[in-house]
Amino acid sequence: MIAWLTAALLSVVVLGVAMTFVAYLTWIERKVAARFQNRIGPYFVGYPHGWLQPLADVAKLMIKEDITPRRVDRVLFDLAPVLVVVPALIGFAFVPFAKGLAVVDHPYSFLFFVAFASLTLLGVFAAGWSSNNKYALISALRMVALLVSYEIPLLLALLVPAVFAGSFRLVDIVEAQRGLWFAGYPVVGQIAFLVFFVAMLAESNKSPFDLIEAESELISAYNVEYSGMKFALFYAGEYAHTFAISGLAATVFLGGYLGPSFLPGAVWLLLKMLALFGLVLWVRWSFLRLRIDQALQLNWKVLFPLSLATLVVAGYWVATHAGAR
Amino acid sequence: MPEIEVVEREFGELALNMGPQHPSTHGVLRLTLHLRGETVVRAIPGIGYLHRGVEKLSESLAYDQLAPVFERDDYLGPTANSLAYCLACERLAGISVPPRGAWVRTLVAELQRISSHLVWLGTLGLDLGGALGGGTTLYMYCFRERERILDFMETLTGTRFHTNFNLIGGARYDLSPEAAKAAVALADRADAMLSELHAMAGDSAVFRGRTEKVGVIPRELALQVGVTGPVLRASGVRFDVRRAAPYDAYPELEFDVPTRETGDALARYEVRMDEIAQSARIVRRIVDRLPPGPVFSRKPIKNPKATRIAAGEIHAAVESPRGELGVYLVADGTAFPYRLKINAPSFRNLQIVPHVAPGLLLADVIATLGSLDPVLGDVDR
Amino acid sequence: MPAADVVQALATAYGATEAPLGVAVPADRLIEALRALRDRHGYRYYVLSTAVDRGDDGFEIVHLVRNLDAGDDLAVRVALPKDVPEIDSAAPVYAGADWQEREVLDLFGVAFRHHPDPRRILMPDDYEGHPLRKDFAMDTPWGYRPATRDDAGKDA
Repeated sequence: MIAWLTAALLSVVVLGVAMTFVAYLTWIERKVAARFQNRIGPYFVGYPHGWLQPLADVAKLMIKEDITPRRVDRVLFDLAPVLVVVPALIGFAFVPFAKGLAVVDHPYSFLFFVAFASLTLLGVFAAGWSSNNKYALISALRMVALLVSYEIPLLLALLVPAVFAGSFRLVDIVEAQRGLWFAGYPVVGQIAFLVFFVAMLAESNKSPFDLIEAESELISAYNVEYSGMKFALFYAGEYAHTFAISGLAATVFLGGYLGPSFLPGAVWLLLKMLALFGLVLWVRWSFLRLRIDQALQLNWKVLFPLSLATLVVAGYWVATHAGAR
Repeated sequence: MPEIEVVEREFGELALNMGPQHPSTHGVLRLTLHLRGETVVRAIPGIGYLHRGVEKLSESLAYDQLAPVFERDDYLGPTANSLAYCLACERLAGISVPPRGAWVRTLVAELQRISSHLVWLGTLGLDLGGALGGGTTLYMYCFRERERILDFMETLTGTRFHTNFNLIGGARYDLSPEAAKAAVALADRADAMLSELHAMAGDSAVFRGRTEKVGVIPRELALQVGVTGPVLRASGVRFDVRRAAPYDAYPELEFDVPTRETGDALARYEVRMDEIAQSARIVRRIVDRLPPGPVFSRKPIKNPKATRIAAGEIHAAVESPRGELGVYLVADGTAFPYRLKINAPSFRNLQIVPHVAPGLLLADVIATLGSLDPVLGDVDR
Repeated sequence: MPAADVVQALATAYGATEAPLGVAVPADRLIEALRALRDRHGYRYYVLSTAVDRGDDGFEIVHLVRNLDAGDDLAVRVALPKDVPEIDSAAPVYAGADWQEREVLDLFGVAFRHHPDPRRILMPDDYEGHPLRKDFAMDTPWGYRPATRDDAGKDA
């Protein structure tokens, strides 16, 4: 009973912090993007740094009219935003903030995280399919091809730390990095991290992989028919998804809550997540967009063999050095 | 009640309407694409959404009133339009332009060429990269540079953009020494920023992947369809009106005409970037050797309807940022043109889309359209 | 070949006569003359097609083509009677004539035989009338009338 209550309380805290962070991630993104482009970014709302901008945006989106086209598939249309946001938020439940402190501390938490993260794919496809709009349809079809393909190197690259740690429990994976972060392991860890980073960019639909919401071709394709709060859910879901995956990456590759003791572990974790998010922003606002066939070629000809190779090498290394750990 | 246009298509094709309102059609262009998967099978451009009847309008406006009207045609390189018109009138009526007037007109034309190419590159970045990604970065950089040019135009003429600069018989404004120094500073700035823009665009592997071998226009097709400007020069035809039929200051200026052989979007990009460098070079030369004297050869115009041009016909062309802009003028001895046809470069270039689009992917159509640099005001007039 | 030779060749072969900016040919010899220009005389670059409404004298269709090597522009014009404004399309000879002729048929009402896509191009599809004709009614419902040549010389 007590464990149930603590879990419920912790989940409320985590959810609250996560959602606030997601809202302020939009502010960070706009400021960073503006600086890349030699401008200032949000300025007036919350003068002089625009820090009230996310609140203004949330308020605006909440009071907007929810326009639903007449001949959409109602069930899928209404379900799609939920399918996009909820799996991303569920991901936050598995990320450990300190030794033994996670909303869900399960022997297979790592696998659960990845499984839930893949559900966003369904949400995006449902949005594109049900919108009764050719642009949304094209985007949904592109997305299926892209995201399903990029799941494979994502997963294979993520398995490398699990192989090194010998466990699927996220806390164990973090503890196994007390000596050296997995991203720092010579060659194998580094390549796995790189492959994972590129696959993460694709899964979160960030440039150079934002071809499914290619605004200049498909005019924000899969969510083109959404307005008001549903659109806000898509918008927030995208950031939540990116943030959650960076949480997973920070945990699994960058040592999670490990760090010098002058700051609590949770703060270290947040800093690492923000650093990864910043890296994603840097890439996003510098590169143009890949075409679908180029993105798929990159996946099948480069990332997939690389991730497979690193996994095999990692497994071989662990098998032969089983005692040295 | 207009009939619904039934689009004839085969089974398995998706008829996608990149309608008049679309972020990437460079204006109100309707592009009906028949897609099989992601591959375009047919592309049917539909234009006329910005048709303002300029040619009919010119039959009821006096000659001296018309130069500012044409600046609104190709609204991204305004002085080229009015320059073509003024050249046609001057040649037909035998009005001479003082040297300083001709040179100042050329200076402004070249600065507007740089400004127009910056818009082209920025919007190409938006097309290729999207408004939520690296494309916007390129766009912001290009427009930041363009603001300097527009500020110069403002100090020179009072307006940033449609400056009503060219008159039949010369220029409306003169270049002060400070303005001349500012123009040279702009030219130096153009050279400096070219390397930065190259780093963001042409040297980027993603950009090259999106533009190399995309939208190839073979040389023979280019000649048959009659494309002009950088599109023609990127397909291997070394034709530039500034060299073939020089006007204003061009007979005495040295500059290169960049040409490429491959005819793909990357070639068109390289041609335009080289043209920016050449324009900077021309601007510096002009400021160096600007002759003294008046800029306008006639007396101040009190009654525009008093200017008559004797009956005759002429075809005059200039090299606008988009290509050869021709004016075919038929005069009948009154104060109003009898027939004035504007041969718009964007109109000619846009015609290549149905020939080149089949076989391209959807993303490539956007890249090709961006590399053609159409301005719908020019297409529709 | 310099323009004078070309004009001579066309005159002997197709009955062309000298006209402003080029030659005038009879309507039935237009396509042959254009083909000869393209294939034999090197005028491979297409520039423009347009029409001029000469009032009672009918329409005048002008095709301008260019020889890039010689740097010469040649305008081939054809006179059409006002009551039957029909001519063969130059699109089979020069692909670029497609849209330019569509503009002529849209704004002048000239019919082009064998044109690949004879639709209006600039005006709306259901528009009635041909704006660039000289007899196009310019009166507007609200009484404004653009200046005409009769106003020349007034309000000095």
